[in-house]
Amino acid sequence: MNIPGDLKYTEDHEWIRVEGSVGYVGITDHAQHELGDIVYVELPEVDMEVEKDEEATSIESVKAAAPVNSPVSGKIVEVNEDLEDEAELINKDPYEAYIFAVELSDPSELDDLMDADAYKEFLEK
Amino acid sequence: MSNKLIFELYSEGRVGYRFPEQDVPAKPVSEFISGGVKREKAASLPQVAEIDVIRHYTELASKSFGVDAGFYPLGSCTMKYNPKINEDVASFPEFADIHPLQSEETVQGMLELIYKTTESLAEITGMKWGTLQPFAGAHGEYTGMKLFKAYFKKTGDTKRTKVLVPTSAHGTNPASAHISGFDVEEVQADERGLVSVESLKEHLSDEVAGIMLTNPNTLGLFEKDIVEIAKLVHDAGGLLYYDGANMNAIMGKVRPGDMGFDVIHLNLHKTFSTPHGGGGPGSGPVLVGDKLIPFLPVPDVKKEGDTYVLDCSKPDTIGRISGFYGNIGVIVRAYAYILAMGSDGLKKASEMAVLNANYLKERLKATYHLAYDNTCMHEFVLSAETMKEEFGVSALDVAKALLDKGIHPMTIYFPLIVHEAMMIEPTETESKQTLDHFADVMLEIYKKAKDNPEQLKAAPVLTPVKRIDEVQAAKKPVLRWISE
Repeated sequence: MNIPGDLKYTEDHEWIRVEGSVGYVGITDHAQHELGDIVYVELPEVDMEVEKDEEATSIESVKAAAPVNSPVSGKIVEVNEDLEDEAELINKDPYEAYIFAVELSDPSELDDLMDADAYKEFLEK
Repeated sequence: MSNKLIFELYSEGRVGYRFPEQDVPAKPVSEFISGGVKREKAASLPQVAEIDVIRHYTELASKSFGVDAGFYPLGSCTMKYNPKINEDVASFPEFADIHPLQSEETVQGMLELIYKTTESLAEITGMKWGTLQPFAGAHGEYTGMKLFKAYFKKTGDTKRTKVLVPTSAHGTNPASAHISGFDVEEVQADERGLVSVESLKEHLSDEVAGIMLTNPNTLGLFEKDIVEIAKLVHDAGGLLYYDGANMNAIMGKVRPGDMGFDVIHLNLHKTFSTPHGGGGPGSGPVLVGDKLIPFLPVPDVKKEGDTYVLDCSKPDTIGRISGFYGNIGVIVRAYAYILAMGSDGLKKASEMAVLNANYLKERLKATYHLAYDNTCMHEFVLSAETMKEEFGVSALDVAKALLDKGIHPMTIYFPLIVHEAMMIEPTETESKQTLDHFADVMLEIYKKAKDNPEQLKAAPVLTPVKRIDEVQAAKKPVLRWISE
């Protein structure tokens, strides 16, 4: 299972990559593997306020629809429009295909997230 | 078997009819039909002979699969046999040839049937009265959520905006609550696979309108703490909604009304043997306890002396939820079933449904992983997770392999709390021979998964349509024929 070392992870299998004050959010390799072929990603609206651990949007696979929670609180500043036509990008490269980007309102929330080692251990539990 | 569409059999000028010689003067169509209503171009209807039409429909019929064609253990859906006497009764002209706009005195028989069906369903579920109008289970849920709303509006308790659903709930439960304007909160299951009373306590507050529960739950397990759960929810001022999807496990044994539920919907197309699948027609009657009767939809059927009347005089009603009185033909079939079975028969049906599920569970659990190893009710959930890890064969592959054996697959990937879930519900109408055949096929599939996984991944190969591309089917479905 691919777990890049430079990202932070949630127990709901989202990752976040922080660049300055903005965090890019996607789902992990484990999550895309469990969901199977992804057919649709609902993109959240830019400027929408999101709460940490609250549902920001959802994705649909051939098996099920699953919520995507935001790992941090803040405002959505960008969404990955490529996913509108090519939801399968998440299956191909889950860490390249971010879903949305959040401008962090409270960067200290990042401290609650797992690093790659902790997430690996969490998966093995 | 031909896979050609009827449009592809087209041959210009080929017809299956012949009009008699014209014996009146000809007039152009425009003299009868004027303005924008008249077609500018002829409809491109297939030009085929009668025999082509017959073969077309016969072929479609032979490709479709239902309970009459073979075993159909689709968990959560209760695909029981539909006795043909139901069809006989529903086709009586006194039921089949009446119109919803006829006056009450000319449809007394139908009104009596509606009244007595409501009465029977209330007795079976331990509720007080109800409506037969909802067209399906989810429509029943929506009606139930509207009743929640109306009740709290009447009592002035309008800050109750949340509805709780367990993680094992049917997907329609949170959807119905949401579309009725409630916020949905999930209650966790514990290690037994049952609702966690602790998790429930954490969620209860004066903002909670109530909880939606299925009992037995979607793992096929009976919620043993239901009386405590009902007390906790009621003490916190909330209401309890019972999703009747799994009612087939408990008829004549225990009643949702006695468990403490305030509203329940039933699925006549599951529990009461009316046709199911292919999109319906379904029927999802809603039954309620005393405190919600004033809010029931109109019209209600009432008995005044020896006469049945349609009553619209309920000031607190949520209004109409069906144009007339629901899928009436389905209700006639369900009433025929209730009368044919009687109270002992319904009880026996539930006993046999539970026995059949436990028999299959015991035959399969040494080979397939059983998610929660416990006595089950009318259905149980296996997991293909270890199989997937060891042989690379998933629940989807097992389901596809069953198609080659002429068996309808079980429900897969539901409930969501079990990975690689395979949910099996045999129903009471299957013989031991059929159950043994299914178990043998499942064991054979497991062996094949171990010895020759690639072969399983190619399944089905014996069906008219082979393994479909599920991604393309979801993203770019081809839904109609387009002429070149």
